[in-house]
Amino acid sequence: MTPLQIIFIINAVITLFAAIKVVTSRNLVHAALWLILVFFGIAVFFVMLDAGFLAVAQVVIYIGAIAILMIFTIMLTRRVAKDSGAQLNSNWWGGGILALIMFAGITWILTHWQRFQTTAPTIPATTDSVRQLGVGLVSPNGFLLPFEVASVLLVAALIGAIMVAREQKK
Amino acid sequence: MGDPVTFIAKWFEGVLIGWGLEKGPTAVIMNLVGVIVIVAFVMIIDIFLVWVERKVVARFQDRLGPNRLGPFGLIQPIADVIKLLIKENIYPQGIDRFIYNLAPLLGLAPVLLLWAVIPLSPTTVGTDINVAVLYLVACGAFVSLGIIMGGWASNNKYALLGAFREVAQMISYEIPMVISLLIPVLMARSMQLNQIILSQNIWYIVAAPLAAVIFLISLIAELGRAPFDIAEGESEIVAGFHIEYTGMKFGMFYAGELLHALTFGGIFASLFLGGWRGIGAMTYPIVGIFWFFIKAYFMYWVIMWVKYSLPRIRIDQMLNFNWKLLTPLSLALLMVTAILDKLMTNVPALVYNGVLLAANIVIAWITVMILRKRSKKETPRVAEPRPIARPDAIVSTSASTPATTSQS
Repeated sequence: MTPLQIIFIINAVITLFAAIKVVTSRNLVHAALWLILVFFGIAVFFVMLDAGFLAVAQVVIYIGAIAILMIFTIMLTRRVAKDSGAQLNSNWWGGGILALIMFAGITWILTHWQRFQTTAPTIPATTDSVRQLGVGLVSPNGFLLPFEVASVLLVAALIGAIMVAREQKK
Repeated sequence: MGDPVTFIAKWFEGVLIGWGLEKGPTAVIMNLVGVIVIVAFVMIIDIFLVWVERKVVARFQDRLGPNRLGPFGLIQPIADVIKLLIKENIYPQGIDRFIYNLAPLLGLAPVLLLWAVIPLSPTTVGTDINVAVLYLVACGAFVSLGIIMGGWASNNKYALLGAFREVAQMISYEIPMVISLLIPVLMARSMQLNQIILSQNIWYIVAAPLAAVIFLISLIAELGRAPFDIAEGESEIVAGFHIEYTGMKFGMFYAGELLHALTFGGIFASLFLGGWRGIGAMTYPIVGIFWFFIKAYFMYWVIMWVKYSLPRIRIDQMLNFNWKLLTPLSLALLMVTAILDKLMTNVPALVYNGVLLAANIVIAWITVMILRKRSKKETPRVAEPRPIARPDAIVSTSASTPATTSQS
């Protein structure tokens, strides 16, 4: 095994364990903190795939903004959402079977997919992946249109938030 | 021989290969040793930062500061550390023990992570990743996470209030900070810190003084130091998020804060003051480390100067200042800089910097004009009598609407 594979296995185990804890912990703040560990594990996967920009963006956006906003909203609720009821209802076996079928199906499709066996191409050290990403986002042959549409959507959301929060003029 | 760090690293690598190790394990061991060396170096600096901080604040307040133990009180920080280590560990009732213990770690560890990308000299840099500037922002998120966790897990209303204030401040000030970070990135055409330093033949503070000021203000806010120390406002919420921490756990928060200030000083120096650049740094990289720390400590001193000179601002003033002044100003600045930079592709450096400096002065002048116009409108409005929580005011409102249920 190469060191990269060892790191991958360790990271995968940690990420999956944290993901299970997200849905099973009773305390919502704990769940949110486990979710941060999941996000961080995914960022590590991006690093292993030589996608430094995506890794850092993952940390900045998901941990720095989304997770902290989630913790903030949980803290603002009363009694910090400690749930004492049963964690499973009578339909748990149906959900379990569905999840197993989904898992088996995805595994089956992936193992029969031609590209599943290809090894990752090595990226030459001279390529500036950040620059290529930037060019790809703004070149007409690249992803200019989706990028602009996403920007317009975000601006609309910003304006909407301001309109909702605005003081009502009497 | 001007580069002992690289020399020692090469020698050590040679020793390891001489012992019959493969290339792969050698690289792993080299990286581990590098991490330990950087962290140890930074932590030793951190111990003496306590002394620097206390001495400087003493001078600002016309005192002498620590002067009993050793020359100039230099042994004082070691005594402080021993005191913190032997203090009793107090666990308050109703805390969330795991998170309570994890929070101080998150107060200090991300600051150490920042040193991985800061170039100390042309050759001495942890890893020169191509997204270094974004990495700096990402590490900042973890520091705030530590503060929130500490504030929440302490099971204390003051601590929780401190955590809330910290979130409001952090989410707000990250925006002008990132936008002002983009300006050096835009001028250097790279997010690599070494690349940004190399392209500063003239320091970026000349071409982008306003961006530097915005970055300085927002980094002080990210640090949570005065005048933005509302997260631990001693006179209002006693000590905010670390009210329930004792001994070395409090020490971790404190050390993290001090080291964060010096680290941000180093980042500011790298982005706007040319980092390790100085006389002789190109030929003798070891001199670069000297220049880097001179600039980093100067910026640290500026941060302390601001801290001990200004009073704390209110939370509404803090939010207004960010959203109504810094964010629009930094956005305008970014647009003007981007357009001017694109227009001046093939001009001499002197013209380039002169035009950008002039543009900055014009923007600053317009901002001051707008602010003056606004202050004329705001002064009479603030002078009006404000609704206060008098008993009769509360009674008159509660008659029409049912009183809101009080939170237990």
